[in-house]
Amino acid sequence: MIQFLLKGVLRDKNRSLLPVIVISIGVFLTVLFSAWFRGIFGDMIDVNAHFSTGHLKVMTRAYAENAEQMPNDLALLDAEELVADLSADYPELEWVQRIQFGGLLDVADEQGETRAQGMASGRAIDFLSPGSREAERMNIPQSIVLGALPSRQGEALISHEFAERFGVKVGDEISMFGSTMNGGMALANFTVSGTVRFGMRALDRGAIIVDIADAQAALDMADAAGEVLGFFKESRYDEEKALQVKTAFNAQYADNPDEFAPEMLRLNDQNGLDEYIALSKSMSGLMIFIFVFAMSIVLWNTGLLGGLRRYNEFGIRLAMGEEKKQIFKTLLYEAVLIGAGGSVIGTVLGLSAAYYLQEYGISFGAAVQGGGMMMPEVFRASIGPEAFFIGFIPGLFSMTLGNALSGIGIYRRKTAELFKELSV
Amino acid sequence: METIIHIDKLIKRFPAGNGFFTALNNVSLQFGKGEFTGLVGPSGSGKTTLLNIIGSLDAPTEGEVTVLGQSIAHLTHKESAQLRNQSLGFIFQTYNLFPVYTVFENVEFALLLRRMPAVERRKAVLEALEWVGLSDKAHSKPAQLSGGESQRVAIARAMVKKPALVLADEPTANLDSKNSHNILQTMQRLNEELQTTFLFATHDEKVMNYLRRIISLEDGRVVKDERFVHTKI
Repeated sequence: MIQFLLKGVLRDKNRSLLPVIVISIGVFLTVLFSAWFRGIFGDMIDVNAHFSTGHLKVMTRAYAENAEQMPNDLALLDAEELVADLSADYPELEWVQRIQFGGLLDVADEQGETRAQGMASGRAIDFLSPGSREAERMNIPQSIVLGALPSRQGEALISHEFAERFGVKVGDEISMFGSTMNGGMALANFTVSGTVRFGMRALDRGAIIVDIADAQAALDMADAAGEVLGFFKESRYDEEKALQVKTAFNAQYADNPDEFAPEMLRLNDQNGLDEYIALSKSMSGLMIFIFVFAMSIVLWNTGLLGGLRRYNEFGIRLAMGEEKKQIFKTLLYEAVLIGAGGSVIGTVLGLSAAYYLQEYGISFGAAVQGGGMMMPEVFRASIGPEAFFIGFIPGLFSMTLGNALSGIGIYRRKTAELFKELSV
Repeated sequence: METIIHIDKLIKRFPAGNGFFTALNNVSLQFGKGEFTGLVGPSGSGKTTLLNIIGSLDAPTEGEVTVLGQSIAHLTHKESAQLRNQSLGFIFQTYNLFPVYTVFENVEFALLLRRMPAVERRKAVLEALEWVGLSDKAHSKPAQLSGGESQRVAIARAMVKKPALVLADEPTANLDSKNSHNILQTMQRLNEELQTTFLFATHDEKVMNYLRRIISLEDGRVVKDERFVHTKI
């Protein structure tokens, strides 16, 4: 019987081809958009974590209150010891020091006179310690446009945009003016080892990136750091684990009224990311719901039209002694078969398109910039394990639901009318 | 002769407006095995309603109808379906073949419902197609057949399970004279060879000439029940 029905499905294009096309399109869109949203949300979380918030961040309470001003006079002291303690207490995380600073970049001409000046937003990370993953974490090797990573003290990377604007070349000397941790004037000279472009306006505008030891020397921050960032070693952000670590750490200082006592924040607690993470979680469910709903209506319609077209067939089958329940069941089997076929095709197409977007992405440029949250300019997809099965939910469910709804007509059919109906 | 259909004081009413329309009124009949009988009468006389009830597609309002020992009024939906599947064949005015299946597969369908093994099924289908002279069309699709050939496929489909009773509603209405005679001769031969009871609803003179019993209905009542020793043809 199954073989017989299969033949019918394959031969009758209205029963197979049309629904398969509809389902394939729906599943294709579901897979593509779920992978794309996953990529966009994941990228945004990663970008914010890697450049700014970490998965967890430790600051002094006073620094945390004014974090947007980069108040290095409120920085953490004894940072080495703090990192060592954190690494011992929470070995599942990698702890690193960071300093953010503002200042003025000065480019001198051949005579040593100022040729150009611009505002700079500086970041200090650990470039030079053996085994440091900071450069990779911030995707710096892939973002270098000219030159190379700093390989010794006194070297710096500057934004490519800045370098082009002021005609700075790799190997040129630049000076950075700022204020020390103690409120004095800071002046440091750096050799430009390379230029970078991250594709994020907030980072590319006047950026200078130096080794943390250079920044500590220039800003009188010996063994101090504005922030200590923690990253889960498996690299994925785990909201629950992060909460446990944060709660345990902050509990140690709950009774300490000192405004310079350390305070730990999760990624969720910073830059409005909490709402954003909640949105990303609900987005996949929402996508599936929308596609299941929309496709169910389309497939219900298709099923109804098919049911009308097959009115005689069902009548004959009833007259020949097939039970209504059996006909309804075969209709559902067909739906599962077609739904599975359409889901496979749609998933393959969706994964192919998602793979393309994962590799190349789509650039939204300046349209996505602004606000405290860092966003990549290129939105890429990310194919996760769920991309391989997520399309089957709307694909199978909608087709089955659509056929089940249209199949209710079989139960309403009056066998007493069969002779009349089948003689027309 | 063994009685296979027993109808006693059958009344069938349908709701109509605020009251009821009586389609069959106090009908009592008996049909024996191997009969070749026609229900004749004008439109609205109750022919099709009677076929519906005998075919367990509808139930009587009052009275008793027993088909092959089973009381139609007391059958569940499942039992009705089983009776149709096991013992009844249907032939309709329009052929109602499944368009996407071949002639062989159309005939085979009735046996699939019975879960008959494939080898036996194939043998039975080929035999049925041979009865109606369509062995060479086994792999054709219904769209490739003439009206006469399509109705012969419908007959093969009704006969393949060797039912005790075949109910045919105006089987020649869409056929020309030559094809009508051809079809009727086929059914007459099967009736004689297999002892299958044929019950027609018709007002086609050509059909009547083949019948050995003609029951005339008018306004839901049996007005005449004639038997012929020999058919007119």
